[in-house]
Amino acid sequence: MTTLDPNTTDTADTATSSRSTGTKATRAIGIAAAVAMGWLVLFGLVLSPADVNQGESVRLLYIHVPTIWIAYLSFIVTAVASGMYLFTKKHSLGWDRLAGASAEFGVAFVGLTLMVGAMWGRLTWGVFWQWDARLTTTALLFVTYIGYLAVRRLGGSHQQRAKRSAVVGLLSVLLIPLVHWSVVIWRSLHQTASVLDTDGDIDMDGTMLFTLFVGVVAFSLLYLWLVLHRTRAMAMEDMLEDRGLDIALAERRAEGGTR
Amino acid sequence: MIAFFDDAGFILGGYVVTFVVIGGFVWRAISSGRRLGKQTPDDDKYWT
Repeated sequence: MTTLDPNTTDTADTATSSRSTGTKATRAIGIAAAVAMGWLVLFGLVLSPADVNQGESVRLLYIHVPTIWIAYLSFIVTAVASGMYLFTKKHSLGWDRLAGASAEFGVAFVGLTLMVGAMWGRLTWGVFWQWDARLTTTALLFVTYIGYLAVRRLGGSHQQRAKRSAVVGLLSVLLIPLVHWSVVIWRSLHQTASVLDTDGDIDMDGTMLFTLFVGVVAFSLLYLWLVLHRTRAMAMEDMLEDRGLDIALAERRAEGGTR
Repeated sequence: MIAFFDDAGFILGGYVVTFVVIGGFVWRAISSGRRLGKQTPDDDKYWT
């Protein structure tokens, strides 16, 4: 790591380069994600059959289901990283950045779930939205994590940001079981789970199940690629912010010295 | 197939909006990485 000299106000002499957040590994993950997305479109729109009950609208579920699963995963990663930040001695900001990056994409994936779900609802139920238990709890999850992201943007040092957002991240994850089992706890318009149900039976045609699997793989790879890039970008943002603060302090000291 | 075309607006719309949103996030990841990478010394990039 380069030691930053607060007395140095000229950043032009630092060894910067055009190396971005990419590596060979992220490039490989990115290519794999793009290929998997292509497969998802091919199987989702062309090769998989229409459903006996839902008809063609089932094609939207190949996006709707993987996005909510990856959103759950994102928020669980946020909670685990928050716990690692809070309960390890080092209090590494790397955990905090992982929590923040993961939550950003979790919010995006829940947003996609709600939007694609609304389109599926319009085709299947005849309405875009119902104040149904599953839909309402999912909307609550969405708003809660927007709140988490807002908390991350409050002022203070990086450690203060990490500490308060870690607490919110650990509390917010408690909503996930409520969302997932809302269709069991309350009478719901939303269908119960076809894959992740309690009896272990999978009530799906082989091609449909494969298409769903392709969707899960595609969105998992995309999530991994995005999180890797975002955590690295956040590390650079934090470092540049620290450096800017150091430079400003050095300038103020220099001003004070000349008086 | 006829049913597909009846519902095509919503089905294709769902896919298009999803991929537009994903494209936006990918573009942001790449562009912010490049922009920040130019301002940051290589020694501070733990992944290099």
